[in-house]
Amino acid sequence: MSVSATTVTVKKTFSPLLFFFVSFFMLMSMTQQTIASEMPAESSLEDAWKTLSQKNYNKKAEAIEVIAQENPPEARPAMKAMLEGQLYYAKRGKALYFLKEVNDNYEFTPLFDTDPALKPVLQENRRGFKKVKVNNRLRRMIRQLLAVMQLKHEDADIRLAAVQELLKNPETEAADLVKNAIGKETDQRVITSMQTLLAVIQLESGDETAQLAAINTLANSLNSSAMNALAAYQAPTKALENKAQSAINKINDKRDLYAKAETIFFGLSLGSVLALSAIGLAITFGVMGVINMAHGELMMIGAYTTYVVQLLMPDNIAMSILVAIPAAFIVSGLVGIAIERGVIRHLYGRPLETLLATFGVSLVLQQTVRSIFSPLNRSVETPEWMSGAWQINEVLALTWNRLYIIFFCLAVFMALIAVMKKTSLGLQVRAVSQNRTMARAMGVRSKWVDALTFGLGSGIAGLAGVALSLLTNVGPNLGQAYIIDSFMVVVFGGVGNLWGTLVAGMTLGVINKLLEPWAGAVLAKILVLIFIILFIQKRPKGLFPQRGRAAED
Amino acid sequence: MIKTTLKKLAIAAAITTASLASTGMAWAEDTIKVGVLHSLSGTMAISETTLKDTMLMLIEEQNKKGGLLGKKLEAVVVDPASNWPLFAEKARELISKNKTDVVFGCWTSVSRKSVLPVFEELNSILFYPVQYEGEESSKNVFYTGAAPNQQAVPAVDYLMNDIGVKRWILAGTDYVYPRTTNKILKAYLIAKGVKEKDIMINYTPFGHSDWQSIVSDIKKFGNTGKKTAVVSTINGDANIPFYKELGNQGISAEDIPVIAFSVGEEELSGLDTKPLVGHLAAWNYFMSVESDENEEFIDAWKKFIKNKDRVTNDPMEAHYIGFNMWVKAVEKAGTTDPAVVQKALIGVSVPNLSGGYSAMMPNHHITKPVLIGEIQKDGQFDIVWETSGLVAGDAWSDYLPGSKDLISDWRSPLSCGNYNTKTKKCSGQNY
Repeated sequence: MSVSATTVTVKKTFSPLLFFFVSFFMLMSMTQQTIASEMPAESSLEDAWKTLSQKNYNKKAEAIEVIAQENPPEARPAMKAMLEGQLYYAKRGKALYFLKEVNDNYEFTPLFDTDPALKPVLQENRRGFKKVKVNNRLRRMIRQLLAVMQLKHEDADIRLAAVQELLKNPETEAADLVKNAIGKETDQRVITSMQTLLAVIQLESGDETAQLAAINTLANSLNSSAMNALAAYQAPTKALENKAQSAINKINDKRDLYAKAETIFFGLSLGSVLALSAIGLAITFGVMGVINMAHGELMMIGAYTTYVVQLLMPDNIAMSILVAIPAAFIVSGLVGIAIERGVIRHLYGRPLETLLATFGVSLVLQQTVRSIFSPLNRSVETPEWMSGAWQINEVLALTWNRLYIIFFCLAVFMALIAVMKKTSLGLQVRAVSQNRTMARAMGVRSKWVDALTFGLGSGIAGLAGVALSLLTNVGPNLGQAYIIDSFMVVVFGGVGNLWGTLVAGMTLGVINKLLEPWAGAVLAKILVLIFIILFIQKRPKGLFPQRGRAAED
Repeated sequence: MIKTTLKKLAIAAAITTASLASTGMAWAEDTIKVGVLHSLSGTMAISETTLKDTMLMLIEEQNKKGGLLGKKLEAVVVDPASNWPLFAEKARELISKNKTDVVFGCWTSVSRKSVLPVFEELNSILFYPVQYEGEESSKNVFYTGAAPNQQAVPAVDYLMNDIGVKRWILAGTDYVYPRTTNKILKAYLIAKGVKEKDIMINYTPFGHSDWQSIVSDIKKFGNTGKKTAVVSTINGDANIPFYKELGNQGISAEDIPVIAFSVGEEELSGLDTKPLVGHLAAWNYFMSVESDENEEFIDAWKKFIKNKDRVTNDPMEAHYIGFNMWVKAVEKAGTTDPAVVQKALIGVSVPNLSGGYSAMMPNHHITKPVLIGEIQKDGQFDIVWETSGLVAGDAWSDYLPGSKDLISDWRSPLSCGNYNTKTKKCSGQNY
């Protein structure tokens, strides 16, 4: 109960605090030099710093307010460190330290370097120090306070982030500060955001002409605060009300358009994952006719290869994915060749036995991975350049990892087409799959070609595993989740047709994502399956059936 | 050639499994047999293997203390392989063939429902260590995990009162636990004055990995200016891609916090936790709890498993409590006969790992504190809130129309799992 009571007080003190800030900043800009010496209340500031090492979150909130008001030079770095979880205190003496991890060691540097008694400490563990803990409420509060401080940061991106942060909770008191800053602003994006912020605040002013101007500004913004402000707006006159309504409609139209674009992107990205996991199968199943139930496990091996590569190069996560691509191809390919030589080659022409045997192989591979890596999931770290999103505008953002996977899928596909069409291996594969006896009569070593083709298909499954490791769990069950989808894509696209696989994957992805918003994820999946069953009834050979004599048998 | 090798392999495999199942047989005659029924292969192995190891550790420690009633304890481990019907078969094997006096096991609700008739028929004892949907009380099952009122309801209270959440997204995997929990939560929220349009319910299949559109929907639902939170009953594997997508689409815990009921230290250990910092989980135990019992337990666990990076979690604590309760009840009764121990268990109180005591209630549920933690960068939880006292598990939810009037009390003379206080009748169903 006591916690909830204080939440209210913090909220209430928030606006006066911002107000204080604004006035303080304006003072700062006028007399930057003299102000520091004029700030008294040394003791309360000192107390505030000490409070940070306490457990009570409400006391900490008060302390942070005091620190932000006084704004000593340490305030900004300390608050940033708190957000990052890198502000610590010594268990003895309670002095504050920054933590920096240097090659598996922990370096603690004192927050106040003026005190000669405190020295940087370098040790192997964090013993003797404790983290200054923050919770969501404190984090949010610190972010808002930092935003005010960072409106004048030299980096435009940080200024933009600061304005966006203020937009989440627009306060009338921030208006003067922003007005002051907008004149000196050079970056167009920041200016637009600031204008939106000012408009949101003006909408609540009593002046009708100001309100009209604000509505006009907000109509061109896609920011959700702008939309919410318009929706909550109580128009004093009919004309203004109509104006606001048409602004809302205009925003909604734009949002709908972007939502459609987003859905298509989601569909293509799901499609590329489906296609990527099916391309390998399109070769082993489509070209060679082997029902390989261990295909999913070959993807899993690719994903575990990525994990191992990351373990081997922990200092270079950014590069590790690029190294993992050829590594996964080779490892999965070799396992594939071993499966072909060990099991499948004895079973050519007996599809049922192949199905059972490869299913057995898949169980063996799963349990092997469980024994080596434990049944727990392993974490593959997403490199910096693949995380986050490409923010096109306020409502449309495309996530980087998905974008890269779409491109990766296309690249793998193109490379495979090139191998099949331009190399002698591709020629031999096609020859053997079309007419084995004739190919052998022409001097093609069909067994060798079988092994290599299976290895190629498996290697590509490994590549899919690298992509999947960045999206989902790396665990022994990874393969099972994708095997059904892979078969679905290959059968739908037309067995033996690589282009069919790509088109089928993308189509199924987009259909799935179009259905999902109104049918829900569970029903959408069922509907897609029903669609495929009906489609196969009508066209048993899939989207792009093979033509010619090879298709007869 | 290959056929004969395969056959040999099959025989070898059969022999190893048989010998694994019966390792205990060679031991001395008068040991007390404790059955461990957790999946060691298949989809649930990820969670259940740890619990098997926990049981082995607890039994080993008890034996070091001199066993029980002057006899040594002996673990009989079987592998139901995440296969629900197999759970029932293995349970029967444990009780009838291996003559176990008590069984610790199951994780998913469906596996518990599958073994329930077996335990009732053979009148044995099952300790079930995982949080579940409630709406059940069997004479033969002791529920040491949380009932909805020990996890879901306090979590929602916290979000509503302390964080000021106004709009709710109930997201879950499509099976019995999330469906029932969300039904209870929805009824609870509406009773608290939340409007239907401020609640969004979403279900996804098991192992769902493409969260793009759902996360984008969550973002839109949460962008209306009212504080929004996600209450997640998403199960196991699907969580990792879900949190990854949240991070990628830039939804931070400060904007839209996610509170999870199935994500603990173990699940986080397979995950890059940077984008998760600040998201919440509600449990009855966290590894970061500061108490002497907990420190001892963690040290013992790390030593037993020979890995200093292994973590502990809530279902492990449930087994710790359950096992100690059973030991105490057996000592009190002076016998391991399940019929006697069932009665002796009610009222038994043992230390839990958060520094207090947990007691077995007449409805076969236990008292526990409820904790809420925020995920930290190192995969641990910072406890941000806890109930002031212990919460007793409620078998029948007070917020569902069908079960509002039901109570469970296995003491005589009532001795009923679903007694209707209005009609004054025990429905007599065996659940």
